[in-house]
Amino acid sequence: MCTVVPISLTVGANRIVPAVAIPHPLGNPELPPAEEKALRRRLVEKALKALQTEVEGQTVFED
Amino acid sequence: MGKIRVVHYLNQFFGQIGGEDKAGVGPQVKEGPVGPGTALQQALGEEGEVVATVICGDNYVADNLDRAKREILELIRRQKPDALVAGPAFNAGRYGTACGAIGQAVAEELGIPVVSGMYEENPGVDLYRKDIYIVSTLDSARGMRQAIPAMAALVLKLARGEEIGSPAAEGYLPRGIRRNRFAQEIGAERAVKMLVAKLKGESFTTELPMPDFDRVLPNPPVADLRKATIALVTSGGIVPKGNPDRIESSSASKYGKYSLEGFTDLTPETHQTAHGGYDPVYANQDPDRVLPLDVMRDLVAEGVIGGLHPYYYATVGNGTSVANAASFGAAIAADLKEAGVTAVILTST
Repeated sequence: MCTVVPISLTVGANRIVPAVAIPHPLGNPELPPAEEKALRRRLVEKALKALQTEVEGQTVFED
Repeated sequence: MGKIRVVHYLNQFFGQIGGEDKAGVGPQVKEGPVGPGTALQQALGEEGEVVATVICGDNYVADNLDRAKREILELIRRQKPDALVAGPAFNAGRYGTACGAIGQAVAEELGIPVVSGMYEENPGVDLYRKDIYIVSTLDSARGMRQAIPAMAALVLKLARGEEIGSPAAEGYLPRGIRRNRFAQEIGAERAVKMLVAKLKGESFTTELPMPDFDRVLPNPPVADLRKATIALVTSGGIVPKGNPDRIESSSASKYGKYSLEGFTDLTPETHQTAHGGYDPVYANQDPDRVLPLDVMRDLVAEGVIGGLHPYYYATVGNGTSVANAASFGAAIAADLKEAGVTAVILTST
């Protein structure tokens, strides 16, 4: 899970989930705490889905 | 000044002792040039003299590195040399490593210039390119004719104390040294010129070569998440409060392995970021924003995933060398495999 997807592609990650922002990849300080945690949960669930997905090569899991 | 006294280091093969069956022979000295040393002497001309050749079997060096280095260093020291030439070793791994190790010891202990020659993929290159000059050669002895004059020219320059130009100009393999210089054009102009050349399909020389990143085949997917143990790893610098391992805020030389036992949520009281490459305010307010422990605990409690590995691993990905990062990755992966972890979520900033 990363914010700068081109870096993850360059270094060779195979399952890539784009994140929110460099200083808070899995959060958004502008949201109320409960909403922020829900956002984090959605991103982690996306990562778990990526882990369960067969990939041939480097894959970016957009929405 | 008089003639530059050069000692030449060769293995048993080029030193004309014998082949693989003689690879175990210990160090010995012969007066004057031997084998490729004759061409070296020619290339040095009037300016330098190959006063002695030190020969040692490749296996002898590989099997007793410290002892062999000491013995060979002593033999070289007695010749009172002004410079050492080692090899060329082309793509011979043991020979290249021996040239590098002995060269490094000589450079360090005797403080004299050392030049070797190797093929760029010789394992001796990555090990010793920072310590000695290694002229780029072909992968076999058919490159001898080009290698020897280049090595001789470089060693003479070094022994005379002349300024050494760029790797491309002098023919040695890059040593990872950056030097300031004045350019006629500003960086933006140079970059645009490179881009235009690239678009036209013309050749251009980058000023900052990228490291080579390897590629790995994707692992098969996780079959059953409910039985899987997931681990958290981050390059975002989340460490226990106080940064107990003192992981560097940039150019990290280490990673940490930290217990998650007893934690359900990361807070400013328990954790922080050690990362010096981004604004730490948000990560310090709530470290879950980088290492999503709170959500992982919920997912385990709900039975979505089988378990969370009781440790997380963290380093700082900020100017960290690819070599360091790759070695952290290998060590962490070995540890995770041994613990029976199924899959990893790696978060980066």
